[in-house]
Amino acid sequence: MERSFFARNPSTLIFITILAVFTLGVTLLSEGLGVDVISTSMVKTLGKTLCLCLIAIAMDLVWGYCGILSLGHFAFFGLGGYMIGMWLMYERTKAIVVSATAGAPLPPTPQEIRDGIGTQIFGVVGGAEIPPIWYFADSLFAQLALVVLIPGLLALVFGWLAFRSRVTGVYLSILTQAMTLALSLYLFQNDSGLRGNNGLSGLQNLPGAENVPQSLISIYFLWASAAALALGYLLAAWIVGGKFGSVIRGIRDDEARVRFLGYHVEGYKLFVFTVTAIIAAIAGALYYPQAGIINPAEIAPIASIYLAVWVAIGGRGRLYGAVIGAAFVSLVSTWFTGGQAPDIPLGFYTVKWVDWWLVLLGLSFVAVTLFAPKGIGGLFDMLSGRLAPQRHGADLGPDQGSFREKEAEQ
Amino acid sequence: MTRTVILALRAALFWLMAAIAVNAQSPIQDLLQENRAAVEKASRKTIDGVIDELLASGLPQTREVLAKWREKEIWQRKEDGLFFFAKPLPNKNIQLFDIETGDPVGEFDKKAVKQLKPNSGVRSVIATALVRYQLTDPDPRKRAEGLRAIERGPEASHLAALRAAFEGEDDPALLARKQRLERLLTISYDEDSAARVAAIESFTGDLGVDARAALNPLTSTTRKAAAELPTNANIKAVIKPGTARLSRDQAYALLVAAELAPARITAAEKKDALIANIVEGSVAGTPIHTLDTDAARTQAYATLAAAGTVPAEVTAADVDAALAAHVFFDQYDEPDANVTDAAQEALTSISTKVGVNQMFDLALDGLSLASIYFLAAIGLAITFGVMGVINMAHGEFIMMGAYTGYVVQQVIPDYTVSIIVALPLAFAITFAAGVAMERLVIRWLYNRPLETLLATFGISIALQQLAKNIFGTQARPLTSPAWLDGALVFNDVVSISYIRIAIFVLSVIFLFLLLFVLNKTRLGLEVRAVTQNPRMAASMGINPDRINMLTFGLGSGIAGIAGVAIGLYAKVTSELGADYIVQSFMTVVVGGVGNIWGTLLGATMIGSLQKGIEWLNPSNTLAAQTYMIIFIIIFIQFRPKGIIALKGRAAGD
Repeated sequence: MERSFFARNPSTLIFITILAVFTLGVTLLSEGLGVDVISTSMVKTLGKTLCLCLIAIAMDLVWGYCGILSLGHFAFFGLGGYMIGMWLMYERTKAIVVSATAGAPLPPTPQEIRDGIGTQIFGVVGGAEIPPIWYFADSLFAQLALVVLIPGLLALVFGWLAFRSRVTGVYLSILTQAMTLALSLYLFQNDSGLRGNNGLSGLQNLPGAENVPQSLISIYFLWASAAALALGYLLAAWIVGGKFGSVIRGIRDDEARVRFLGYHVEGYKLFVFTVTAIIAAIAGALYYPQAGIINPAEIAPIASIYLAVWVAIGGRGRLYGAVIGAAFVSLVSTWFTGGQAPDIPLGFYTVKWVDWWLVLLGLSFVAVTLFAPKGIGGLFDMLSGRLAPQRHGADLGPDQGSFREKEAEQ
Repeated sequence: MTRTVILALRAALFWLMAAIAVNAQSPIQDLLQENRAAVEKASRKTIDGVIDELLASGLPQTREVLAKWREKEIWQRKEDGLFFFAKPLPNKNIQLFDIETGDPVGEFDKKAVKQLKPNSGVRSVIATALVRYQLTDPDPRKRAEGLRAIERGPEASHLAALRAAFEGEDDPALLARKQRLERLLTISYDEDSAARVAAIESFTGDLGVDARAALNPLTSTTRKAAAELPTNANIKAVIKPGTARLSRDQAYALLVAAELAPARITAAEKKDALIANIVEGSVAGTPIHTLDTDAARTQAYATLAAAGTVPAEVTAADVDAALAAHVFFDQYDEPDANVTDAAQEALTSISTKVGVNQMFDLALDGLSLASIYFLAAIGLAITFGVMGVINMAHGEFIMMGAYTGYVVQQVIPDYTVSIIVALPLAFAITFAAGVAMERLVIRWLYNRPLETLLATFGISIALQQLAKNIFGTQARPLTSPAWLDGALVFNDVVSISYIRIAIFVLSVIFLFLLLFVLNKTRLGLEVRAVTQNPRMAASMGINPDRINMLTFGLGSGIAGIAGVAIGLYAKVTSELGADYIVQSFMTVVVGGVGNIWGTLLGATMIGSLQKGIEWLNPSNTLAAQTYMIIFIIIFIQFRPKGIIALKGRAAGD
């Protein structure tokens, strides 16, 4: 008899329970709906962290399960943010322009409103025209569709080109890094139509919800992020749970062998790459309204490498590992760089964590790679007493199932 | 009676002069005295005659007199009206000197003498006259200075002075400059059309900026509109409105500017007119809340116009009629058609030649950029290409090299010596860092390339932050020695700075050094053996661990030297290396992994491609980089293994 999905994936149920409890707890302690223990900015930080956990799941799918070390997933994250940001900024500016012209002797024509919006948004980059890529910016549904479509199409085209010519391993990593670099450089231009290095700002203000306080909006976004994370986790667990998951793990461990067994490896990789890009884009679309601003620096190559760092520290090849890694590293990072961590006086020199946190992160990352390839997630194995099967040679891969004969021989 | 008195006075004056002047006969003094009134009350209009006479006299003192006059250093003695050079003394008296001999004449009270104060117009006339002297000065430096002055601010009056200064010029370089300048001035100021055309034609294909500066104003045009084409004007072309060169709106704006047609009512004016005519919540009977479309506003305005309250709107038919009734043309500002034709032709030939030279310049730029990429990537080509190890900290090794150069310059103030010290020191430091990294980290990860990438990235961010903590976030200067300042100038278009040449030379040296090390030495042999088959190499008595360590150290050391070179022309910051890392990886990947020639080809391709794209869109280097990366992504589609792909077992896979 086929066991149910949750019976096969007990961690899913545990994860969703913890997530629900967490969300409920934050809501009850929040400023907007609860007893005002957690400030609105902290709620926003937690909501953003949930979005980062979601993109970490995407990264884990594509890297931990499929073996594609993509250093470009933040490009999709940023694109998702830009797509929703265009609607937010356009509608909000429209509201400002309309209210500004309300007292004028003549009611404004549609053209005058459009000109006003153009001047408001693009005056900062020396323009007044609304570029064609903003064509759908007045429609929420169109922009929501674009959140999925644009990054999805980019991933599809890029992945098709890359996988078709069998670019693998580190070459693919460098190619994805080049892609995200190209995209961020393009967006840095003033005439890219997305306000150059100013980016899109004021995204925390929801059009049509001017009377709702930020403390409430932050809670709504926390819920939305939690829901998206839960759905993303379920989707990822479902994808890796079945036969499909076995195939992509097989591709990770020995691509050539899977190909000789008759599977269309490129199709599988392309599917995983595109789906994870879409998950990343949705995470970005939820992240940036909470962050309030998006600019091209967000999608610089370094961001995507940090993503890989989170997943590696959390533990590749297990979905909860990615979530733990993203949440742990980004929250600790906020704590250290936010100036809350106490300085360590050494007598001759005071270690200020704002300056030294990155050094610590870099070195601990090296240590994790060297000594604990399973990351934090490996602790759960020790707790549950699950051991890797005894094989000749050291444990090589991040996943129990992975066994690289080629490596073991060498 | 009066006449007799004047004559007598004059005679007395001459007698007095002869008596007082020590050297009685002074031709220049005589000349000045003859024109005394004009000299005393010099004005721009009257001065020309005096100066011409002075110049015509050919007296040797003329020049000094003119120079002193201009500097307000000529004084007049009130008692006899004679002119003297003068110098105010500390005791407020004035020391006078004879203008003929320069001998001191004596001290006089300030009230006994009067200073000549020519106004600025007079001074500039004198200055022009002096140019002739400057151009024929015995000192070649003075002559060159005079030429420079004319080049900076040419005037019509300089032309004659220049032509007169050819004779006796013994310096061939200066003579050539004079002749060139004379031709340039002829173009701008000569009266004779044929002479100007000849001068213009002599500049055909000339690359000098000055030639273009002289020719361009001749071909400047003004766009005009008229009812009929003027017959006497020098017209470049007649333009039809509604074409790409002249849109209908622009054409109508020309008519309005020439007051040949009434101005159109803009949307803003229309709106203002409507607002001005609001009566009890409606305009011309239309309630204002309905005026939220352009059509409604036009309608309301038409009603107002019909009532005569506002000027009628210019309709599309009016515009059509106005455009049809007039001609539009570009008229040369220069009236002489022969001159403009010749200038146009000369400019065309110049721009062709400039284009060719720009291509050459671009090729030099591309080559220079390629050598920088090559230098940055060659270390990576060894570690990544030969060993298969991804070193994300490679950029930070470049940065370490640059900071080494900076620190050395703080200790050794002499720039030349400090560079000579910094190059090997940077190599030593980054070599040590590379060996340490290989021993501590990379050795454990040889079978996990993706994890090597991440571990070295961890080192990279740690090193970058460390550099920020030590040196701060602001850019540090790495100054090049004085003999590397400046540029090798071929002509006004093609030039390349010496630093870039030095970097090019450095990269060529490293190319051959590496080729030599890898192909001709024992170490190179062992490196190649370990690369191809480590276990077989080990069984032949080679220690793969040692070779890997040395190879990695070598690659890192070269990164350090590249850092010094890059630091010389870019500012040293902690992000210096990160700026080059992606380009370096792409250079290696495009060139083909594991091959130094491949890296060379990859660097040449990426460098020249980037410059080429920048040339197509010079205002936007960001776009150039974007397009280049897209090109590389597409290029990888067709040659996934790079330009030079290893074949057979060495390719691994």
